[in-house]
Amino acid sequence: MAKTIAQEFTKGLWNEIPPFRLVLGLCPTLAVTKSVEGGIGMGIATTFVLLFSNALISILRNIIPPKVRIACYIIVIATFVTVVELLMQAYTYAIFRQLGIFIPLIVVNCILLGRAEAFASKNKLLPSIADGLGMGIGFTLSLASLGAIREIFGYGTFYGMHVFGPSFEPFTFMVEAPGAFVCLGLMLCLMNLAGGK
Amino acid sequence: MGDLLVLMISCILINNILLAQYLGNCPFLGTSKKMETAVGMAMAVIFVLVMAGVITWVLNVYCLKKLGIEYLQTISFILVIAGLVQFVEMFLKKSIPALYAGLGIFLPLITTNCAVMGVCLINIKEEYSFIEALVSSFAYAAGFGLALILFTGIRERVLLARVPKPLQDTSIGLVTAGLISLAFYAFKGMV
Repeated sequence: MAKTIAQEFTKGLWNEIPPFRLVLGLCPTLAVTKSVEGGIGMGIATTFVLLFSNALISILRNIIPPKVRIACYIIVIATFVTVVELLMQAYTYAIFRQLGIFIPLIVVNCILLGRAEAFASKNKLLPSIADGLGMGIGFTLSLASLGAIREIFGYGTFYGMHVFGPSFEPFTFMVEAPGAFVCLGLMLCLMNLAGGK
Repeated sequence: MGDLLVLMISCILINNILLAQYLGNCPFLGTSKKMETAVGMAMAVIFVLVMAGVITWVLNVYCLKKLGIEYLQTISFILVIAGLVQFVEMFLKKSIPALYAGLGIFLPLITTNCAVMGVCLINIKEEYSFIEALVSSFAYAAGFGLALILFTGIRERVLLARVPKPLQDTSIGLVTAGLISLAFYAFKGMV
């Protein structure tokens, strides 16, 4: 099980990329991917929290009593979520408005608690940081690609720029709730095909 | 009274928490393979969500707002929910063992169900009064139960069908959820 730091980092990018391989954290995935911008904003916010909570939990792993560990993890995560919330409100207000209640809801994103429990609580500081960063970047990439597909077909734009010209009829289904489910389901299917499952 | 009825219908059908607001999807996909577990999860969510909705509303109005420390909302809400779940678990174990056995492992899982936290935040964001917060918490929870049980019914059938290999499991589950969501979309014009 002696994995290098680089391996811990890259596993989050393909082998265990959330939310496709690890089916965790679906709610923000579906809700914020109406546009590329929202997807990337959410991804970066989650990466930030994941990185710092993994690091802190890894440092504290020998101090936290096992019986109340989940409560401790949640407090650590909630603290960093509050930090992100205040930072985004101050510096990127437009994205903050767009993401709405999904920023405080990062607290209950299962990826964070999942990584804290499955990885950071058992590993040293450096691998935990690599794991958090890898998973976070993987999550950001997934959200951005899903956001790109939905935005291109749903609005005919990419990051706010028109791609199809004026005669394009927007396929509004893609940016509504049903389209989110179907689109994610089909992307999962493609990932399975590509992975030779 | 009429307003409350409209609020209730819109929370259950039109703004259904799972299918229109995208909250609580992890347990939606995780516990929908068997009808038994789906019913257990639905009951547990209704139970905890109503209590959490009421308690966080009181906490927000009488404590956080009074002291001007609304930035602690996220931390305090998640602590209240985690504490509440733990408390409910101990209480049921002691006094109603039959219900405890029925809900089983679903109770602790509710802490990380974003539907609970989400509804608490929506109640605050929409500035509902106490009664409205109570009604909306119950209605959202009931909508969660309704969608979960309907979805499980379909998923049990899908398990018997021959699905292409890459589409199996979660993938076909999501496509199914999309189709149910499309059906619920028809309620949009009701209110």
